[in-house]
Amino acid sequence: MTRKQRRMTIIGGSLAVLALAAALVLNALRDSIVFFSTPTMVAEKHVQPGKRFRLGGLVQPGSLQRGDNLAVTFEVADGSAKLPVAYKGILPDLFREGQGVVAEGALDANGVFKADNVLAKHDETYMPKDVADALKKQGHWKDDYGAKPAATTAQGNPQGAVR
Amino acid sequence: MIAESGHYALVLALGLALIQSFVPLIGARLRDAALMNVARSAALAQLLFVGASFVALVTLHVASDFSVANVYENSHSMKPLIYKITGVWGNHEGSMLLWVSILALFGGLVAAFGSNLPLSLRAHVLAVQAWVASAFYLFILITSNPFLRITNPPIEGRDLNPVLQDIGLAVHPPMLYLGYVGFSISFSFAIAALIEGRIDAAWARWVRPWTLMAWIFLTLGIAMGSYWAYYELGWGGWWFWDPVENASLMPWLAGTALLHTALVMEKRNALKVWTILLSILTFSLSLLGTFLVRSGVLTSVHAFASDPTRGVFILLILCIFIGGSLSLYVARASSLKQGGLFAPISREGALVLNNLFLTTACATVLVGTLYPLGLEVLTGEKISVGAPFFNLTFGPLFVPLLIAVPFGPMLAWKRGDLLGAAQRLLAAGIVALLALALVWAWARGGSALAAPAIALATFVILGSVTDLVERAGLFRVPFATAAQRARGLPRSAWGTAFAHAGLGIALIGIVCETTWNSEYIGTMKPDDVARVAGYELKLGGLFQRQGPNFREMIAQFDVSRDGEALSVMTPSKRSFTTRGSSTTEAALLTRGASQLYISLGDVTAEGAIAVRIYHKPLVLLIWWGPVLMAFGGVLSLSDRRLRVGAPKPARAQQRLQPAE
Repeated sequence: MTRKQRRMTIIGGSLAVLALAAALVLNALRDSIVFFSTPTMVAEKHVQPGKRFRLGGLVQPGSLQRGDNLAVTFEVADGSAKLPVAYKGILPDLFREGQGVVAEGALDANGVFKADNVLAKHDETYMPKDVADALKKQGHWKDDYGAKPAATTAQGNPQGAVR
Repeated sequence: MIAESGHYALVLALGLALIQSFVPLIGARLRDAALMNVARSAALAQLLFVGASFVALVTLHVASDFSVANVYENSHSMKPLIYKITGVWGNHEGSMLLWVSILALFGGLVAAFGSNLPLSLRAHVLAVQAWVASAFYLFILITSNPFLRITNPPIEGRDLNPVLQDIGLAVHPPMLYLGYVGFSISFSFAIAALIEGRIDAAWARWVRPWTLMAWIFLTLGIAMGSYWAYYELGWGGWWFWDPVENASLMPWLAGTALLHTALVMEKRNALKVWTILLSILTFSLSLLGTFLVRSGVLTSVHAFASDPTRGVFILLILCIFIGGSLSLYVARASSLKQGGLFAPISREGALVLNNLFLTTACATVLVGTLYPLGLEVLTGEKISVGAPFFNLTFGPLFVPLLIAVPFGPMLAWKRGDLLGAAQRLLAAGIVALLALALVWAWARGGSALAAPAIALATFVILGSVTDLVERAGLFRVPFATAAQRARGLPRSAWGTAFAHAGLGIALIGIVCETTWNSEYIGTMKPDDVARVAGYELKLGGLFQRQGPNFREMIAQFDVSRDGEALSVMTPSKRSFTTRGSSTTEAALLTRGASQLYISLGDVTAEGAIAVRIYHKPLVLLIWWGPVLMAFGGVLSLSDRRLRVGAPKPARAQQRLQPAE
C-alpha cells in the first residue's frame, strides 16, 4: 500500500466510527431523554399517559399519606396547579412536606403520576435547580424556600435561594 | 495570624508563579541558561508557599478557629479529627486550594526530577505549568478565598455536610485531583513542544511516565468515588451517569487514549500530531470537569454551594486555555515532522483503533453531558439525559473496542499478522464461547445481553493471559524455561496484561450486578425475617446510640443461610443535630466477591422500619477491575525503560563535565 492509501484507510475507518457514533447519539437522543415539567406545565401540555418525564415542585403540606408496604402518595404543587403522585419504596432522607422534590415516572390513565424514582435536595440549603427556576418563572418563588433555619441566616450564604 | 499567613503565602505563590510564567520564556529566547533556570527554583519555592498555605488551612480546621468563615461553615468542634482534616477539601474554597497545591506539587516534581530534560524544554514546560497555576491562584484569591475572617466569630461551627463525613472524602478527592491535575504535565509538555516546534521520541519517553502516573491516580480515584457512592448514598447504585461523574470519566477516556498513543510515538516516532492534540484535549477535559463541578451550572452531590461569579471566572480560564492551546496547535502542528509508516494491520494500527473508539466514546459522553445545558440555554427546555442514553451510545462503542483489546498486543509493529493473532487467540475464543453457552443455559432471567457480555469479558481476560503465555512460550518449551522467560519479560508486558484483564473483570462485575441483582424492599418489625437470594435476614431489634456529633439508630440483622448463622449486620440512620439532616449508613456483608447490602428507611407509626436489602452478585469485581488496571499501570511505571526521565548518560562521563 502506498502512503496515501494507508492514510485513506485510517481516515475512512475514523469516519465510519464517527458516523456510527453520531447515529447512536441521535437515536438515543430521540428515545431516551427525559423532559422536566411542573404540574402547571403538565396541565397545559396534556402530557400523554405513559410518557416518562420528571416532575418537579414542592410537596404539598398535609398531602403525604403512607399506605401498606411502603406505598406512599403525596401531591406536588407549584403554586397554581397540583398533581397527585404515587410511589412505592423508600423516600430519600431529605424528603419533607413543603420542600422541593423531583420525581421521575409517568402519568397513568387516571392522571396520577406513578413515580419510580424520587429525588430530594441534598442538604437543607439546596433546592433542586429546575424546581427553583420553574417557581421563579411563575412568580411563586418565596425567599424563604431556600433560606436556612433562622439562627444561621445571618452569615449563611443565600445560594439556596439564588440558584 | 495563621489565616493571614496562609493568605499571604498564597499571594506570594501567585507572585512566584507569575515570575515562573515569563522569566524562563525570556531566558529561552535569549538562550540564557541562568534565566531559564529561574523556572526550577521558582517552581520549588512556589510549591513551598502553596504547601504552607494549605497547611495553614488544615491547622485552622484542626484548631476549629471559627473566626475563619471557611472553618465556621464546614466544621464543628465535636467533629472527629480525621473529618476536621478531610473537611478542608470538603468545600469549594478548600478543594480549589487542594487543586492548586497538587498542581504546584507536579510542577515541583518536574523541577526536582527533570534535571535530565533539555534546559529549554524544562523552562518551557514549567512556564506553561505556571500559566495554569497563576490563573487558578487568581481565581482563588479573587473569588474563593478560604482565609476570610468573620468580624463577630460564632462559638460553634455549622458542621460538614454529613454525607461527606466519611473516610471516602479522605481518599477520593485527593486521588481524583492527582489524576486530573497530573494531566497538566502532558499538557505543558505538549504546549512546550508546540512553542519549540520540536518533538521526538525522547519527548514521548518523558511524557509517558507522567501520563501513566496521572492515569493510575485517576483510575483509582474514579473507582474509589464509585464505591463511596455505592455504600454511602444508600440505594446500592455505583454509577449514575451524573454529569460530575462524566466529568471525571471523560479525562480518563482521553487519558487512556493518550497513554496508548504515546506508546506509538515513543516506539515508532509516529502519530506525533495526534499525541499532542490528545495531551491538550485530556487536560482541557480536566479543566472542563473543574468548571462543571465548581461553577454550579450543574446541581449534583458534588456541587458545593456556588456562586455565579466563580462560574464566569472558571469559564474564562477554560476559554483562554482551551482556545489558546488549540489555536497554537492549529498554527504550529503542521511544522512537526511526520513520523514512521505503518500498515493499517499492525500494533500501531490497533492503537489507532483503540484511540478512535476511546475518543469517540468520550465524545458521546461529552454530548450527553453538555446537551441538556445547551438545550436549556437555546430553548429554555429542561431535560435530563440519564443512563438509557449512555447505555445506548457508550455501550455499543465499547463492544468493538473490547473485541480488539486482545488482538492489539499480539500484532507486530509496522506490519502485523491478523490471521496469526487470531490463531493464537483461538483457545481464548473457544473458552469465551463455552462461557456464553454456560451462562445461557444456567442463567435465570435477566437481559439477553448478559451472556454475550460475559463471553466478551472472558475473551478479554483470557486474551491477556494468552499474550503472556505466548511470550513466555508456556506449553511449547519446558515449564522451567517458560517460567524463567516469564520472569524475564519486561514489566510493561505484565502491566499491559494486568490492565487489560482488569477491564474484563470489571465488565463481569458490571454485568452480574446489573443482571442478577436481587432485592427486598419492605417494612419489617423486630423478629421479622426477610429472604433474599437464599439468605435469611432476621431483624433483631432497633437501638439508639450517641456518636460524637450525631445520634444514630441502629438496626441489628442476624444473617443466616440454610439455618447456619453467618454474621450480624448493623445498618444505621444517623441524624446530625447541627445541620438538622440525616444520613443512611448502609451495612455490607462481603461473601467472596458478592455482597449483601442493607439500608434503612423511615420508622413507621407502628414501630416497623422500612428496609432495602440487596444481594449483589460479584459486585466487588467492578472495583477490583480498576484496581488491577492501576496495578498494571504501576508495574509498567516501574519498568526500567520507562522510569521517570530518559536513560541517563554514563555516570563517569557526567563527572567529567564541568559544572554548569
